[in-house]
Amino acid sequence: MTNLRVRAWRGGADGRFQEFDVPRRESQTVLDVVTHIQRHIDPSLAYRFACRVGMCGSCAMTVNGKPRWTCRTHVDKVAKDGKLEVAPLANLPVIRDLVADMREFFDKWARARGQFTPTSTRTDEFARVEPSSPARREADAGIECIGCAVCYAACDVVSWNPEYLGPAALNRAWTLVNDARDGGNAQRLLAVAGDAGCHSCHTMMSCTELCPKQLSPARSIAGLKRATRSVAFGADGE
Amino acid sequence: MKRARSHPAWWAFIVHRVSGIALALFLPAHFLALGTALTGGARLDEFLRWTDRPLVKAAEWILVMLLAAHLAGGLRLLALEFLPWRDWQKSLAAAAAGFAIAAGLMFALAR
Amino acid sequence: MSARLEARLWWAQRATAVFLAFFVAVHLATIVYAVRGGLSAAQVLARTQGSVAWGLFYAVFVLAASLHAAIGLRTIAGEWLSWRGASANAAVGFVALALAALGLRAVAAVVLA
Repeated sequence: MTNLRVRAWRGGADGRFQEFDVPRRESQTVLDVVTHIQRHIDPSLAYRFACRVGMCGSCAMTVNGKPRWTCRTHVDKVAKDGKLEVAPLANLPVIRDLVADMREFFDKWARARGQFTPTSTRTDEFARVEPSSPARREADAGIECIGCAVCYAACDVVSWNPEYLGPAALNRAWTLVNDARDGGNAQRLLAVAGDAGCHSCHTMMSCTELCPKQLSPARSIAGLKRATRSVAFGADGE
Repeated sequence: MKRARSHPAWWAFIVHRVSGIALALFLPAHFLALGTALTGGARLDEFLRWTDRPLVKAAEWILVMLLAAHLAGGLRLLALEFLPWRDWQKSLAAAAAGFAIAAGLMFALAR
Repeated sequence: MSARLEARLWWAQRATAVFLAFFVAVHLATIVYAVRGGLSAAQVLARTQGSVAWGLFYAVFVLAASLHAAIGLRTIAGEWLSWRGASANAAVGFVALALAALGLRAVAAVVLA
C-alpha cells in the first residue's frame, strides 16, 4: 500500500507546512485525506466540511495551488507524483490551519447590494416572471451560487486590489439586476461600478475555470459593465 | 502570483498587459525620435541609420508584434464586454494570437 | 475618486480603444508598406510633409493614445505597485499630458514643412 506525502498548512498567516504520510486508498478524495490526518495522526488539525457530497461548498481549500472543493477532488486527479499540498483558501485571512475567515467575502457580498429588495407586499398578486425571458435566463445562469469563495480565492484582481468586491458578489448582484421583482437597482448599480466593482475585472476567467458549479461570474460581470453605463452617464451615478 | 494559471484567458490578459506596458514605455522614445525632424531630415536620417543594426531590427520586430497583439487582445475584450456573451472565448484568444503572428510575419517579410 | 468618475475613465479607455483600433490598423499597414526596401527620413517626410490628412490622422491618434495609455497605467499602478489615490492620479495625469505634448510635437515635426 503506497503512501501519499501530504503537506498541510498549520498555524496562522505566519505558519508553515507540516508533512504527513497518509495511506492511499481507491477513490480517495482530498477531504478523505484531511479527515484521516485529523482522526488518526493529529487531532489538532483544524478544517471545515459539512455535507461532504459537493452541495454546501464548506470544504473549499487550496489544493496544489488551486482552490477546489476537497470532497469533490479525487486524489488520483491532483496528486500525480504522490504529493499533495493543502492550504486554506487564498485571498482571505487565515483563522487556523486550513480554515479561512470568510467574513470579508460576505461583507463584500453585502456591499455589492447582493440582497433582494422587494417591491410588493403579501396583499399583492404573485409576480409573474416568464422563465424564458432574456432577463430571467441571465439571472438563472448565475443563480446557483452557494458562496463557497472558490472564485474569490482564484481571482488575481482580488489579490491585487483589496477593495475589489470579487466575482461572487458581482455575480449575485447581476442576478438581482435581472430580477424583475427587485426594486434596488439604482443603488445596486452604483455599488458595483468603479474600481471596487465590475470595472476592475480584466476577464482573466479564473473564476469561470474553477467554479465547481460551472457558473461564469465573468459573464455576469461583463453584463454589469454594460448595465452600469447609467452610472457613468445617466441618473444612477448620483 | 498564484500557481493556477494556465488557461487561455489568463495568458490573453498577461500578453495584453505586458504589451501595453512595453508600448507605453516605447512611445516617448518614438515621439522623441520623430521630433528630431523638426530641424530637418538630417538628424532623423542619422537616427534611422543607427537603427540599421540586427539587435535594433529584432527589437522593432518585437514591438510590431506587441502592437498587433495588444490590438488583437483589445478587440477580443471589446467583443466580450459589448457583444452578447458567447462561450467560445478561447477561440477569440486564439484568433488574437494568430493575428499578432500574422502581422509579425508580414513585417518581417516586408524588409 | 467617485464610482461615477472611475466608470467614466473605463468608458474613456474603451472609447479610445475603438478609435485606436482603426488608427493602429492603418499605422501597421503603413509600416509594413513603408519598410519595404529600407526606411529613410526623406521617404517618411515625403509622405507626411504638408499633408493635412496625415496631420489630422496622427494628431487624433496621439491624443487617443495618450489618454488610453495613461488610464491603463493608472490601473497597473494600482494593482501591481499598490499606488493609488491623489498622487497616483496626478502622476498618471502628467503622463497623459507629457505623451500628448511629445506626440503633437512629433506630428508637427513630420507634417510642417
